[in-house]
Amino acid sequence: MVKGPVAHRKKEVHRGDWLFAQFIQAGAMLLIALLLALAWFLIKGGWPAIERYGARFLFSSNWNPVLEVFGAAPVIYGTLVSSAIAIMIAAPLSVSVALFLHAVAPPKIRAVFSFFVDMLAAIPSVVYGLWGIFVLAPWLRSDVEPWLSEHFGFLPFFQGPFYGVGMLAAGLILAIMIIPSIFAMCSEVFRSLPVTYKEAALALGATRWEMMQIAFLRAGKRGIIGGIILGLGRALGETMAVTMLIGNRDEISVSLFSPGQTMASVIANEYAEAGSSIHVAALIEVGLVLFCMTILVNALARIIIRSDDAI
Amino acid sequence: MTSIFLLGITLSCSAAFIHGTGASFPFPLYTKWFAEFQKLNPEVKINYQAIGSGGGIRQLLAHTVDFGASDAPMTEEQTLHADILHIPSMVGGVVLTYNLPGIPSGLKLTPDIMADLFLGNMKRWNDPRLHAINPELHLPDLPVTIIHRSNGSGTTLILTEYLAKISCAWKKGVGAGPAVKWPVGLGGKGNESVTSLIKQSPGALGYIELSYAVMNNLTYASLANTENLFIAPTVASIHAAAKASEALMPDDLRLSLTNAPGKDSYPLSAFTYILIYRKMDGAKGQEMLHFFKWAITDGQNFASKLHYSPLPESIAVKTMKALGRVSIVW
Repeated sequence: MVKGPVAHRKKEVHRGDWLFAQFIQAGAMLLIALLLALAWFLIKGGWPAIERYGARFLFSSNWNPVLEVFGAAPVIYGTLVSSAIAIMIAAPLSVSVALFLHAVAPPKIRAVFSFFVDMLAAIPSVVYGLWGIFVLAPWLRSDVEPWLSEHFGFLPFFQGPFYGVGMLAAGLILAIMIIPSIFAMCSEVFRSLPVTYKEAALALGATRWEMMQIAFLRAGKRGIIGGIILGLGRALGETMAVTMLIGNRDEISVSLFSPGQTMASVIANEYAEAGSSIHVAALIEVGLVLFCMTILVNALARIIIRSDDAI
Repeated sequence: MTSIFLLGITLSCSAAFIHGTGASFPFPLYTKWFAEFQKLNPEVKINYQAIGSGGGIRQLLAHTVDFGASDAPMTEEQTLHADILHIPSMVGGVVLTYNLPGIPSGLKLTPDIMADLFLGNMKRWNDPRLHAINPELHLPDLPVTIIHRSNGSGTTLILTEYLAKISCAWKKGVGAGPAVKWPVGLGGKGNESVTSLIKQSPGALGYIELSYAVMNNLTYASLANTENLFIAPTVASIHAAAKASEALMPDDLRLSLTNAPGKDSYPLSAFTYILIYRKMDGAKGQEMLHFFKWAITDGQNFASKLHYSPLPESIAVKTMKALGRVSIVW
């Protein structure tokens, strides 16, 4: 008598559980399927170019749609260098701002400041691009680049004519755009660190700087690196603002003043008007290289963050 | 590859919905046409996406749109498996615009100087050859900065096709196409970026389509044509280029207008095309044909206000004949 209803209820709960499990499982599967479908599309679409150019595609620096010769080295170089500039500027800046807010500043300032940095993340990239082309680029051309050339002109990075737009402009705009990502990640890490670390360090007689080193930077090292790599992932794939500011030239040049081109921007520039099928295939192969690079970077970030949890 | 286009385009079964994609160069006039035509025929709705000539051709060949539009005639490779008609819809022009402090207007350029400027052989504005043809101008001692389109564009095609015609070095070294490997210069995405780069850089020289240049009050150069006369880009001078080439128009209507003969012809002129299948489906096909015939006749009156040139009379007649070859399949 008692058995009946209980068994019945049990069965009901089971069915709901089962359905829900199936549902979320399907959702998870769908995500993986989407990723695989994307990879499949890129490989299939890019195959004519992969077949025709082979490894040369990655190392040749001649990109000529008219002659149907495609070498992606300049755009790979442009992507890596503009992202590297962005990371070199954004990483120390966002880490130190996060450090200041969590280790030194009173909580009120922290809230206000976090709000403004979060706002930066909400601005669409085309707006960054417009600001870059109307404000940043003219300023670089008239003030920053002449100054750099005058004081650091002996370095090959700061030689050549001043255009305003170019690798430096692209790197700077990327830096501004990835600061919110790195900052948010570092803030999260610093917030999650036990206050006892800080107190212990101070109790043992550490100075404020030593306390920051021990209780924040060293303790949160993996999280910080993970945040920087996530920022790097964003910088690699950013398209619109970079296209507007990099000068769009398929050339490998050491000088940061000279124009360049990234993988994302060459696709944005040439896909719509690509006439021949091999041109389209070459652009899709560029997409494939970018896809692999971003996946790799993100995977790296996950691994680093994961190992942080384990400790 | 075609599947991603399908996502973006909603195909409708209704006969009155016509979808087209393609060139952005004639987009302002096409938009005007659709609006005016709809006033006369409220049941017909035409949707046009200005995604670029190459994309327009690809979508037409994939049958995801009803008509395409392109600044360049299709290549033999592209028309191999499709029976496509080329319908010239108007004549457009490309202007060379510059930023030279103290020279608000009046710069003159010859073909060989143009080639040397874009090839990077002529590096400074106070070059004696430039001075020789512009004796009245005080040309500054500034480096030449070439500003070009970074995204594939019909304007690039028109300029590079012209340069390939007048310069062997350009033809061998660079060639012609909507996207080329530029010997020198900076790339800007779209007319807007090119314009702002030119405005910001003293010594800049770039190219832009005529209607955009006029509407934005840009300064532009007069170019020497085949008769060695300096012609400023205007609706009249691009019309003259088309008119002077009337006799050369082949039956398939594919004709390049760059470096056109005639003493009033502006050398950077070009037809822009609407691309359609020779066989069209039933009621929708009829509506499309109706629209294109209207565009070639009454529609031409809207061209000059938007700084394009209408088709010369005889070419319009030839185009109407070509539209007569369309067969409607019920």
